[in-house]
Amino acid sequence: MKKKVMTVDDSRTMRDMVSFTLRGAGYDVVEAADGQQAMSAIATTTVDLVITDLNMPVMDGLTLIRKLRAIPAHRTLPILMLTTEADESKKSEGRAAGATGWIVKPFNPDKLVSVVQKVCG
Amino acid sequence: MDDLSRFKQTYFDESAELLAVAEAGLLRLAPGEVDMDEVNAIFRAVHSIKGGGGAFGFNDLVAFAHEFETVMDGVRNAEIPVTTELVDTLIRANDVLARLLAHAADETDAPAGTTDESVAALRLFLDKAGEPATDEAPAAPSPVVSPAATLYPDDEDDEAGIFGDALAAIQAARDDQPAPASGGPIPEGKVRWTIVFRPKAELLLSGNEPTYMLRALRRLGEAEVVCHLDKLPSLRDLDAELLHLSWTVTLLADPQVDRAQIDDVFEFVADDCDIRISAEAPPPAIIPPAAPVPVLQSSPVPTVALPEPVAASSPATPVATTSGSAKPGDGAKRTNGGAAGGDHTGPTTHTIRVDLDKIDRLVNMVGEMVITQAMIAEHLRDLPPGQFQELLEGLEGLAQHTRELRESVMSIRAQPVSSVFSRMPRLVRECAAMTGKEVMLITSGETTEVDKTVVENLVDPLTHMIRNSIDHGLESPEERERVGKPRAGTVHLSAAHRSGRIVIEVTDDGRGINRAKVLSKAIEKGLVQPGASLSDEEIDNLIFLPGFSTADQVSNLSGRGVGMDVVRRNISSLGGRIGVYSTPGEGSRFVLSLPLTLAVLDGMVISVGEERFVLPLTNIVESLRPKPADLHGLVNKCDVMMARGEYVRLVHLHRLFGIPKAIDDATKGLVVLVETEDGSRLGLVVDEVLGQQQVVIKSLEANFRRLDGVAAATILGDGRVALILDVAGLREMSRHGAATGGNTQGAGNSTPPSPSLPAPTDRTGQRQRQTV
Amino acid sequence: MSSSTAIAPVGSRTDLQSAGAANGSEEQYVTFTVGSEEYGVNILAVREIRGWTPESRLPNLPDYVRGVINLRGIIIPIFDLRARFGGGLTQVTKRHVVVVMQVGERTRGILVDAISDILAIGHDAIKPPPDVDSGLIDAEYLSGLYTAENRMVTLLNVGKLFAGEHVDQDPAARTALEPT
Repeated sequence: MKKKVMTVDDSRTMRDMVSFTLRGAGYDVVEAADGQQAMSAIATTTVDLVITDLNMPVMDGLTLIRKLRAIPAHRTLPILMLTTEADESKKSEGRAAGATGWIVKPFNPDKLVSVVQKVCG
Repeated sequence: MDDLSRFKQTYFDESAELLAVAEAGLLRLAPGEVDMDEVNAIFRAVHSIKGGGGAFGFNDLVAFAHEFETVMDGVRNAEIPVTTELVDTLIRANDVLARLLAHAADETDAPAGTTDESVAALRLFLDKAGEPATDEAPAAPSPVVSPAATLYPDDEDDEAGIFGDALAAIQAARDDQPAPASGGPIPEGKVRWTIVFRPKAELLLSGNEPTYMLRALRRLGEAEVVCHLDKLPSLRDLDAELLHLSWTVTLLADPQVDRAQIDDVFEFVADDCDIRISAEAPPPAIIPPAAPVPVLQSSPVPTVALPEPVAASSPATPVATTSGSAKPGDGAKRTNGGAAGGDHTGPTTHTIRVDLDKIDRLVNMVGEMVITQAMIAEHLRDLPPGQFQELLEGLEGLAQHTRELRESVMSIRAQPVSSVFSRMPRLVRECAAMTGKEVMLITSGETTEVDKTVVENLVDPLTHMIRNSIDHGLESPEERERVGKPRAGTVHLSAAHRSGRIVIEVTDDGRGINRAKVLSKAIEKGLVQPGASLSDEEIDNLIFLPGFSTADQVSNLSGRGVGMDVVRRNISSLGGRIGVYSTPGEGSRFVLSLPLTLAVLDGMVISVGEERFVLPLTNIVESLRPKPADLHGLVNKCDVMMARGEYVRLVHLHRLFGIPKAIDDATKGLVVLVETEDGSRLGLVVDEVLGQQQVVIKSLEANFRRLDGVAAATILGDGRVALILDVAGLREMSRHGAATGGNTQGAGNSTPPSPSLPAPTDRTGQRQRQTV
Repeated sequence: MSSSTAIAPVGSRTDLQSAGAANGSEEQYVTFTVGSEEYGVNILAVREIRGWTPESRLPNLPDYVRGVINLRGIIIPIFDLRARFGGGLTQVTKRHVVVVMQVGERTRGILVDAISDILAIGHDAIKPPPDVDSGLIDAEYLSGLYTAENRMVTLLNVGKLFAGEHVDQDPAARTALEPT
């Protein structure tokens, strides 16, 4: 059974790239443009991994991570932050919020796939 | 990264949208009333452009976007106050970013120094903010470093930072005691790694899964995994979301596998785990004892000693599993994978991107379908009445569905005019600066939707009209004060749907058209005969004549050799009309109307002689058969008819088009009362009105050329071509016809629209004010 | 949708194609008759040959512009070659033929009486047009004369034949309601 990854990013380019790369690596991918969309989508579909941007309109990535972690079913769901934020504080903030790990933009496809494999097999 | 190149187009498309978002936001940014949502949106736009640019290796662009973003970040954090200078600098930075994107799209290098000025200006604000070098960007004091050379801190360096995390944790372990490792001989050419992995109990709650890490280790070589259950509580006390296990992995790997690869496995958990990693080189011939053994020190692989004699050394109840079937973490597996979590894709994607060609093909197919449907209807009309009732009903249903399908397809292409309107504040700002005038732009109705092609073709005409209004319409602030008007002139740009068309108005409260000047200019240029008597409306409309320019000297702004004639040509090439209404001293109003779509129209099929024509339904007021008493001759030249209490000039289509065997007597044929976009009416004398029909607009020009009085062509149900009439064109033709009689005035010409200046309408959408 | 008396595309006549291929300097011409005259046009310009279908007239144009027809969804003008050469309007019957040609980017049809032949003509065999009294025929659009057996075929330069007709008479306004 294919693993399903949700990519949450307000940038279409980024969503497209993540989707394309992961589909090529044998994952199913669903997309959401912000945290709000991701929350409502995740209520009706089960995903194995969430990859989220941090800075998004409507609901940012950190809020999304916190909200997901507050739901019992998603306490152990792998969530990767996709970010260009350089400073460590963003990363530790993310980790404190419950992020599983991070991918630093720009990334190359191999790196993305390897990180995804790392957290969801 | 070749795989990614396919996303470049998406990236450039999206970046263009983001630039527009940023620009719109920047134009609204003003000292005093800073809308943080707006600032955030601008920041995000720049940030996204930077993020995508990095993926494609557009280093100059990324470096510059970073500078831009850094300042936006300062604004966001209220470290940099919003001033007019700041906004100007940011707008210019947005322009530079646009240029860099254009170069990236063309795969050309931006000229050296493209960004220097902007970067210097941006950094000035950082200095002012008392933050000479933001946490990331180097200060670069005097000579502006080319941004390409500026260190961009978000990529590889940052990676190193992450590894630093993991390494720090692991380094800390180095000084500790060595731990025993799984014994046994090390095969030739292999390195034996011993990895002791003791995660914190909360590890699972960050979504990390030890199973995958163990699997990842197995991918690096031949692994033996020992799971330690010593901390496992009794079942009663077991919390499935906490982790009570730890592992020792003995990995036999090729020498190419290096420490970094192993560290990488634990990248995300280094802070939450106790991890000890050690390596043994190929054996200097040592027989490993059965008991735990100290790590064998030998080179060249550095050995990392392990701290405290950990679990592995006293494996309480080692549940040993071999590399084939290690599933130690399964007991704590996540619980979210219900039966529903199958392969179906979720409902998450709300929009998709579709190639415009595909939509156009769809539009064309729907067009052909409309024709085919009309054809079937035509054939069925000849069937004996009373029979085939079901067939007829089915056809009616088909017609209904075809119409709905057509509308759905058209709505795919529909876009709000806001994408055009949003460019105008910028234009107004520039024009105001160039002319030294003060201008307030008010827009309304920007949510009005219209076909994409129409939207795209609106940019140039609107740009020109607004320039014209500011340049020629509005007075200087001083002059305005003298005549008792506010210093700042107002330009109102509005859009609205009106009877199946989109109507766009550009209204200014300037001086209005100077009719005496226009007329004398027109006479001077030979466009009007001296002594001709023209109505105010006709004089105003002279400005649309080719080559007409009202400004005494060619101004910097609108007098670039293109005049309002070009605007009219552009508009008419879209099937639109433009008119102007002006009141001296009070201002001018330009009204342009366009069809909502350029593919299909609702028409009335009429016949004249043996020919059939289509009249756009939007032009038709009514059709009637006049009584002889309704008709009046006028100067023996054209007939005039009394309709609805006003005199309307009659135009015999067969005379205009030279069609034989047609009915000349309006009382025996029909008069179709039509109205042009500017509100003037005309009575078209035709033989018969055959019925209403949706027609697909076909180009006559593609293989032939434009014809006076003809807007386009279409194909009727019998497969034959019918011309779609251009009502305003017909009026022009008939006027010229009258003019040959020696009088420029089409005397019976219906009521000219009220020349007074109505208050700007505000039909849809909210107003936005922009003071410059 | 239209009466489908279209003739198979001439390109399918393989015997003639091979005839042309035999000599590189030869080109193929479709010849047709208008009254007693025989004319030829380069086969490369010919898209198809179809039977006459009634045209829709266009207003205020010279009589040789017969009107427009629907060619599978596109609208093309039809020119009456007889009228173009001053012979008056052709009295059309179902046996009349329209030669559909590609001239530059435009497709247009010419109405002729009948197709007569397809000839492979070497360049050497084409004689320059004589000095024709320019009253009726403008030598501009004659590309040469060819004698086949004992008939004379006038070869036409289709690009120039209707040269005046694709120019916008009114540069200030292009076709309104142009689809997409």
